[in-house]
Amino acid sequence: MSDDKKNIKPGHDYETTGHSWDGIEEYNKPLPKWWLYTFYACIVWAIGYTIAYPAWPGISSATAGLLGYSTRGQVAEEIARADEANASINAELANADLVALASDSGSDLHRYANNAGGAIFKSWCSQCHGSGAAGAKGYPNLQDDAWLWGGSIEDIYTTIHTGIRQPTDEDWLRQSQMPAFGRDGLLERPEIASVVNYVMSLSGMDVPEPDLVADGQVVFENNCSACHAEDGTGDRMQGAPNLTDQIWLYGGDYDTIYETVMNARYGQMPPMGGADLSEAEVRAVALYVHGLGGGEASE
Amino acid sequence: MIFTLGIYYLTPWIRWDRGPQLPDQAVLIDLANRRFFFFWIEIWPHEFYFVAGLLIMAGLGLFLFTSALGRVWCGYACPQTVWTDLYILVERWIEGDRNARLRLHRQKKLDFRKVRLRLTKWVTWFLIGLATGGAWVFYFADAPTLLRDLVTLNAHPVAYTTMLFLTLTTFFFGGFAREQICIYACPWPRIQAAMMDEDTLTVGYREWRGEPRGKGKSREGLGDCIDCNACVNVCPVGIDIRDGQQMECITCALCIDACDDVMEKLGKPRGLIDYLAFSDEPRERAGHAPRPIWQHVFRPRTILYTTLWSLVGIGLVFALFIRPEIEMTVAPVRNPTFVTLSDGTIRNTYDVRLLNKHGEDRPFRITLTGDSALRVQVEGTPYETVDVPANETYLTRVYVLAPSGSDAAEAERTEFRFWVEDLTNGDRAHTDTIFNGRTN
Repeated sequence: MSDDKKNIKPGHDYETTGHSWDGIEEYNKPLPKWWLYTFYACIVWAIGYTIAYPAWPGISSATAGLLGYSTRGQVAEEIARADEANASINAELANADLVALASDSGSDLHRYANNAGGAIFKSWCSQCHGSGAAGAKGYPNLQDDAWLWGGSIEDIYTTIHTGIRQPTDEDWLRQSQMPAFGRDGLLERPEIASVVNYVMSLSGMDVPEPDLVADGQVVFENNCSACHAEDGTGDRMQGAPNLTDQIWLYGGDYDTIYETVMNARYGQMPPMGGADLSEAEVRAVALYVHGLGGGEASE
Repeated sequence: MIFTLGIYYLTPWIRWDRGPQLPDQAVLIDLANRRFFFFWIEIWPHEFYFVAGLLIMAGLGLFLFTSALGRVWCGYACPQTVWTDLYILVERWIEGDRNARLRLHRQKKLDFRKVRLRLTKWVTWFLIGLATGGAWVFYFADAPTLLRDLVTLNAHPVAYTTMLFLTLTTFFFGGFAREQICIYACPWPRIQAAMMDEDTLTVGYREWRGEPRGKGKSREGLGDCIDCNACVNVCPVGIDIRDGQQMECITCALCIDACDDVMEKLGKPRGLIDYLAFSDEPRERAGHAPRPIWQHVFRPRTILYTTLWSLVGIGLVFALFIRPEIEMTVAPVRNPTFVTLSDGTIRNTYDVRLLNKHGEDRPFRITLTGDSALRVQVEGTPYETVDVPANETYLTRVYVLAPSGSDAAEAERTEFRFWVEDLTNGDRAHTDTIFNGRTN
């Protein structure tokens, strides 16, 4: 409450603003001075602030401000700082012996690589393989012990670096193609039916038509064993899956296997090495995947 | 005063051997590693209820002492009193007795002597404050190391800030604010009134013996009080004890000593101002001796406080003895809930945290009960054992495998129990959890 004596008229009457509406007048009670000057100071400050910092909106962006501050720039700075801080350990990782590193789970470098790999996996791999690496139909589960192209740390590294069935893979490291036996007329439908029965029998499943198994074996040996091996255990050099185990990438029921033989499968994976991920990052994520529970020892 | 100060300053320097990988300071609050060490006891954060229990005991103990003996906490143990007494002692050494101090205080002229005395006093106070803040930080880090770091200016800034803060508060609270803190800042005098009753032993004035007070040789019609104001002059909080019990009184008993001196000079019995219980007033008026002290001390109220205090204490000691030396928490990994291996085995993954409270690395074995088909495997090894580092919570991944076709592999959920055993001394702990089989 302002007790400013200047505003009091003689006769204990307060000064009014001079307005009068139907005889009702308004007292003139100005803002306290400290309040008013603080308010003016804020206005001056605000003008300076909008000049120094991004403030005035334009059509597509806002004024940049004299100080050149931006939250995006701060994030970029922070990322640059983190990259700089990690530069030496990344260089160490890029030159480390992967096999030795994979077995040395207590070392700082291993822990760093594993954590970094986990983060990279979440950004680059989880779209297909799932955030828990459990995979999905057509996208292998990376936690189990079945590997199409090999489960040693070097094999996993090569797969991630090169991708699968990519035109950029000129060294033919991860290239193969299963013929579409049915679609391309290589096998007649009865032959396909019999070979599907045989394949199902390989992993001990209940076979719908057991009397076709013997015929199927002949078809298998003539058409499939070149890649999937005589006993059906597959060939990791060609990414040909083991047909005797309990793991089915596309599904282990009759119809799915029939479709696989009919039309073939051509699973692909983009190459992560080179453009997208640095050498250290590929190695980190290889180490992470190797440590998910199915990684195999190197020979 | 010497006793309480001694405890405070010397405690951080007591050593206690806990094994090679643990600090050997007897009392240490290790904030960085979140441990509290107290001689043979080591408190982890999740055992903080011990600290809560100790605080409850301290509170009940305070009630007990207050209801039995009045404001003894304030007079003898409160840091504010102890440090104020210390500061007054320093003041007396440097500036002389009360009259000399008053003269110096009233002296307008800032001559060399006044400046010298004041500076000496303040510097001494400041050094005491510094030592106080210094001793405080020693409770939070290894004392000898920290002392060396402090002297060589290598210690952490937080240590210096804390020291500076405590030095300044000690300096001002002990040197200048003194009993103003007790009167205006401390909540305890207010609470205390509820704790005291007529049986509480407290500093009081035998009004029935002293009144009516009066000066002069002729004691005709007058009580024993000669109104010399000695009790008022010595009172650090500036009250007149003859007006009865007052909130400001901190039971420092200086008025007792002052009055007894006067009474002795007059050849009268001591104890006009004395430790007394006011429930004795009618007996004393009637000319009887007061009841013995123990009759005042042992009454339902104090017995109740003692009982509560003991119960909490026994509970804490009991909890301390049954406290497990190893602990385990299990978090099943649900992404994915299960993994099928190539031979059809169903595998579940668990994040297992093992607590090793010992001062050395120890091998722990993880087993399970509840389903004979299930098998344990620690990640990265073919074994069931894991080496847990000393004094750590160690996270390890554990696989549980159910062979193809077993009940556990086919059922949606199977309950089982993880066991962990410290292979060194056979201590065991367990946690119940779930195994997820094929869901389709």
